[in-house]
Amino acid sequence: MKARYLIPLAVFLVIVGFLAKGLKLDPKKVPSPLIGKPAPHFELPTLYDPAEKISPEKLRGKVWLLNVFASWCVSCRAEHQVVSRFVQMNLAPVYGLNYKDAEADAKAWLGQLGNPYEAVIVDREGNTGIDWGVYGVPETFIIDKKGIIRDKIIGPVTDEIVRDRLVPLIRKLNEEQG
Amino acid sequence: MIPEIGHFALILALVVALVQGVFPIVGAHKGWASWVAVAKPAARLQFLLLLTSFACLSWAFLHSDFSVLYVAENSNTRLPQIFKFSAVWGAHEGSLLLWALILSTWTAAVTLFGRSLSPLMMGRVLGVLGLVATGFLAFLIFTSNPFERLLPAAAEGRDLNPLLQDIGLVMHPPMLYMGYVGFAIPFAFAIAAMLGGRLDAAWARWSRPWTQAAWVFLTLGIALGSWWAYYELGWGGWWFWDPVENASFMPWLAGTALMHSLAVTEKRGAFKAWTVLLAIFTFSLSLLGTFLVRSGVLTSVHAFASDPSRGLFILLFLATVVGSSLALYATRASKVRSHVRFALVSRETALLLNNVILVVTTISILLGTLYPLIIDALGAGKISVGPPYFNAVFIPLTIPLAILIGLGTVARWKRDSLAHIWSKVRVPFVASLIFGVVFPAVAMAHFSWKAALGMVLAFWVLFTTLRVIRDYARGRGLSGLSLSQWGMALGHIGVAVFITGITLTSLYSMEEDVRLAPGDHYELGGYDFLFKSTAPLQGPNYQGTRGEVVVTRNGKPVTVLYPEKRNYLTGMPMTEAGIDPGLTRDLFVALGEPLGEDGAWAVRIYVKPYVRWIWLAALIMALGGLCSLADKRYRVLARRQQAAMAEGVA
Repeated sequence: MKARYLIPLAVFLVIVGFLAKGLKLDPKKVPSPLIGKPAPHFELPTLYDPAEKISPEKLRGKVWLLNVFASWCVSCRAEHQVVSRFVQMNLAPVYGLNYKDAEADAKAWLGQLGNPYEAVIVDREGNTGIDWGVYGVPETFIIDKKGIIRDKIIGPVTDEIVRDRLVPLIRKLNEEQG
Repeated sequence: MIPEIGHFALILALVVALVQGVFPIVGAHKGWASWVAVAKPAARLQFLLLLTSFACLSWAFLHSDFSVLYVAENSNTRLPQIFKFSAVWGAHEGSLLLWALILSTWTAAVTLFGRSLSPLMMGRVLGVLGLVATGFLAFLIFTSNPFERLLPAAAEGRDLNPLLQDIGLVMHPPMLYMGYVGFAIPFAFAIAAMLGGRLDAAWARWSRPWTQAAWVFLTLGIALGSWWAYYELGWGGWWFWDPVENASFMPWLAGTALMHSLAVTEKRGAFKAWTVLLAIFTFSLSLLGTFLVRSGVLTSVHAFASDPSRGLFILLFLATVVGSSLALYATRASKVRSHVRFALVSRETALLLNNVILVVTTISILLGTLYPLIIDALGAGKISVGPPYFNAVFIPLTIPLAILIGLGTVARWKRDSLAHIWSKVRVPFVASLIFGVVFPAVAMAHFSWKAALGMVLAFWVLFTTLRVIRDYARGRGLSGLSLSQWGMALGHIGVAVFITGITLTSLYSMEEDVRLAPGDHYELGGYDFLFKSTAPLQGPNYQGTRGEVVVTRNGKPVTVLYPEKRNYLTGMPMTEAGIDPGLTRDLFVALGEPLGEDGAWAVRIYVKPYVRWIWLAALIMALGGLCSLADKRYRVLARRQQAAMAEGVA
């Protein structure tokens, strides 16, 4: 037996090692560097009252959610009912970030499906989305009383995520000191 | 009751597979003929049992038996009958059952067509296949039982994934699996030959037709998948370098290398150890493909059903099968070194280079596919590897491959001279330069040097192949060519057609996303697209919108396209593109999203020249494979060998 005939086996074993490690990882989960950091600043108008400006600083002192959505996003439509049900639980206000959307389209979309949001913040150019590290819509951020981002959900929020992740976290955050 | 029969047949099949795997291999080792003789009947029995099991599951689908969990999850009473049947392999459990059935079909075919094999060899081959089947059936029964009951039964099924409700997808998985699993046969031959310590030309001759058969199926399966993605996903692309696509393409490349290397081993007795390694490599990539698709370790548009616990099982299976084969290779390969000499300038060298390029391409794709996983496992972050990487490695590697096709087919075995090769390729070389440069200038909208390069290569492959056909036909006419010569010629002409298709499609395609209200026109590539109207659409298990797009060119009507946007019962939106196919161009219109109140839509319009040639190429290559496979020398030699063996015994 010569050593060089062992090379294929050795290479294969290395690959198996990586595959085994890979099984434990979730390729869809990209950690956000923003978790644990203060929410990036913005000061943007709202959809229904352009005179009203909202910024994270103004929301300091309460736990709130930022839900990034757009009328052109198909999975936002699926997520919409879940967000609406969550809002009815009265745990925390949800602010919508209308991302790279036309005003008329956003209004038509909300008119058709209903508006669950405390207020809809308009990010037409998408600059705030970039500051917040949005790479896929929908995304949802949970911000605590001190203005720190505590968690981020990528992709549509489902009833399971609300039950297992959002509700326990928000209950905990609500009890923290502001 | 019927699902229980199916379940029971499946369990029996596992037991039989274990018998088929253990007895003949132990028997062959110890020299107990009666143990070896178990192999054939066991293989055939296993096939019947799996056929029964598959029929029972099909019955459950056709009768909408929603007390079977798998049926309830993947079917619906309103699903058309044909899709009820294809839903059998529409998700994880059923596609594994299909996998197992196809493996036993190939195995049963070996028992029928492999009469010339010695009983020992037959026993070992069937034994190896039995062990592979044991692993798969255990996986099926213990982690993914398709016959699991749902009590009380569901009133209505959840419906089949709408992406799969399409005729292309009815055929795509069976074809692909026939290819994947078919490579188990040359793998089993290689392992059996190593176990027996006899790696000779006869072994290569046995393996060749099976490799070609598997390759034909895989070629067709990949082409069907690509064609389906083209018209069903609505993106207008035909290849996305998605991990799951790569998973089917890697065994294809390795299988192509294997076919060529087997030719050298059969004809010249060279490359033995290398050919064995390729046979293992090809089947390992098939198993790896199954692992990648089924475990969810990589993100993919194809991740229809994935589950990490199943992933662990497949990984253990993969590690056992491939690990033990490579360990066997490590101990046996040094003894099977071939001592055949050939000159630097010879067909052997050309084929060796062909193998090197194909394997390097395969490994590059493997690296790109696994790279995100490796980086993630090392904790170095999350990345994704996309088309820019794959195109950057694949295209430069195809160029020398195309050049080699021409040189390799004209070169002589054993020893040749550059002067002789040049005398043969001189005319094709000059002709391909001229035709390749003239073609894009004359036939296409504008000239491009990249297109000229692609077309020179395509014409080079075509002309050198025609040159070789002429040489073969000299003195006896075209009818004098053997089927395997036709096979080689068609396979290579397929490559020329393929190069033409990808070159022209990727360089001359035009694509626009536009907002069109009813009555709006848009002009692209000399065609005028009139978005005439939309109408509501009501299907058996979906609702949607159908657009009407009238296409004209210089005022003359060309066609009317009806792109559709469907919303299925499952709540999933689907795009059905409207396509006008043509030999030199496809017109492609897909509906995006409705925009605003005035009935306007986001519409995607493509003009894609020569895109059909890509699938046409696959058909030509597959036809070539079929020709080779049908060559009578496999049967004649097989019979001669049988006679020789009978004499030897007597």
